[in-house]
Amino acid sequence: MRNVTTPTGERESAVESAGPIVELSGIARKFGDRWALRGVDLSVGPGEGVALLGRNGGGKTTLLRIIATLLRPSRGGGRIFGYDLVREAASIRGEIGLLGHTPGLYGDLTAAENLRFALRMSGQPVSMDRIREALAKVSLEGFADERTRGFSAGMQRRVALARLLLLRPRLVLLDEPYAAFDAAGIELINSYLREHLAQGGAAVVATHDLARARGVLGRVVELKGGRASIRDDSVGADPGGEGGAEPLTRTGAAPSPARERVG
Amino acid sequence: MMSPKEVAGRALAVAWKDLTAEWRTRATFNAVVALAVVMLLLFGFALGPETEALQRAAAGIIWLTILFSGVLSFNRSYQIELDNGALETLLLYPGSRKAIFLGKFLANLVFVLLVEALLVPLAAILYDLPLVRALPGLILVSVLGTFGFVVLGTLYAAMASRVRAREVLLPLLLFPMLVPVLVAAVAATAAVLVGDPMGDAGSWIRLLVVFDLIFGIASFFAFEYVIEE
Repeated sequence: MRNVTTPTGERESAVESAGPIVELSGIARKFGDRWALRGVDLSVGPGEGVALLGRNGGGKTTLLRIIATLLRPSRGGGRIFGYDLVREAASIRGEIGLLGHTPGLYGDLTAAENLRFALRMSGQPVSMDRIREALAKVSLEGFADERTRGFSAGMQRRVALARLLLLRPRLVLLDEPYAAFDAAGIELINSYLREHLAQGGAAVVATHDLARARGVLGRVVELKGGRASIRDDSVGADPGGEGGAEPLTRTGAAPSPARERVG
Repeated sequence: MMSPKEVAGRALAVAWKDLTAEWRTRATFNAVVALAVVMLLLFGFALGPETEALQRAAAGIIWLTILFSGVLSFNRSYQIELDNGALETLLLYPGSRKAIFLGKFLANLVFVLLVEALLVPLAAILYDLPLVRALPGLILVSVLGTFGFVVLGTLYAAMASRVRAREVLLPLLLFPMLVPVLVAAVAATAAVLVGDPMGDAGSWIRLLVVFDLIFGIASFFAFEYVIEE
């Protein structure tokens, strides 16, 4: 897979390889005396969206932060876009978009300034047209010049979503993306995910709210006791059900295609 | 691998973001200037009304005031990243994290130099210092001393940024490391302000340059490891 930068600065992903985007093996992470993760295997291919389930404190955020290269695993390893998760983290980072519990905005900058900063830091050309277009897509076109400190939690998350729309990362990691969103915001997130996956991107979404991801994410992986297990094949098949889980010890991995360096 | 131009572009973006956010509220700047003014007045009261004693102590007073008030700006520099979880987003941008360090350093340097631009004339008035005569030398020493102070402060603030008691921890970690810069800066400032019969100013200034180079290079390369969780 490679990224192409168009004359307008937009990055377009082109799928050239069926190799997995995320491939984790035996990931474990310890905080003090407590193991948050005890050996997670996970593989996510191009165009694949994975819902990550688990109770509070079950390790979902920790796993997302490890995939994002923000946290080193205590044991285990993996490859993202074919690059080693730990040793080649710098090569991975620019292709990852993370929307965590907090929107990652600067409250004393306006919505447009926050997005302009993101473009400059990503090395993409700064285009006010693109910024306005991204804000319009999240229905915030009238708020471009207002400081985000005064925004509601939902509006702040919309700006963060606009940042993802602008930067177009190939792998998106969303942590409870439906929190703080109204019905329209939830549809925005789902439309973004559908488009992103259709273009060959990958997504790992930690959520308690499977019903809202109906028809968007293809696979459910549950974190239980620090390990991953497949719950069912499709979020669409069992949108909100708590039953039907079929834990498979350390088998959160999809059938693993041949390793292949991409990008 | 980013080109130097790309690193510079990102560093300027970080500096612009930090300075714009501060300019909008001026909350930290106003607090730092107020603290600096209070410290200058308190030192004046503590040393008594004798002008000669105040002039002899002025270099030390000025630099201690800069150190104590400057630490507040370093804490602010990372606080704005922590407020809304922006640090994680910042760390995920592509390319070398050295650009983040350079940007934060630039913003802190501008901030502390602006505080000094208000502080030094005020000290000159309070302690009857020959500001106009000493101005060129004072600017040189201030820039060199501030460079070393800010470069270490930016690094150590990154180190302390994830710790709960960072406001207390930062000066505890930073001040011992600053002793060489402080000694050289105070001696050079004193030579510039009250005369330099022994011709020491040049040696102290050269020493400041050496410290700046060592601390600058070490901090630049250490930052990526320091900012990792």
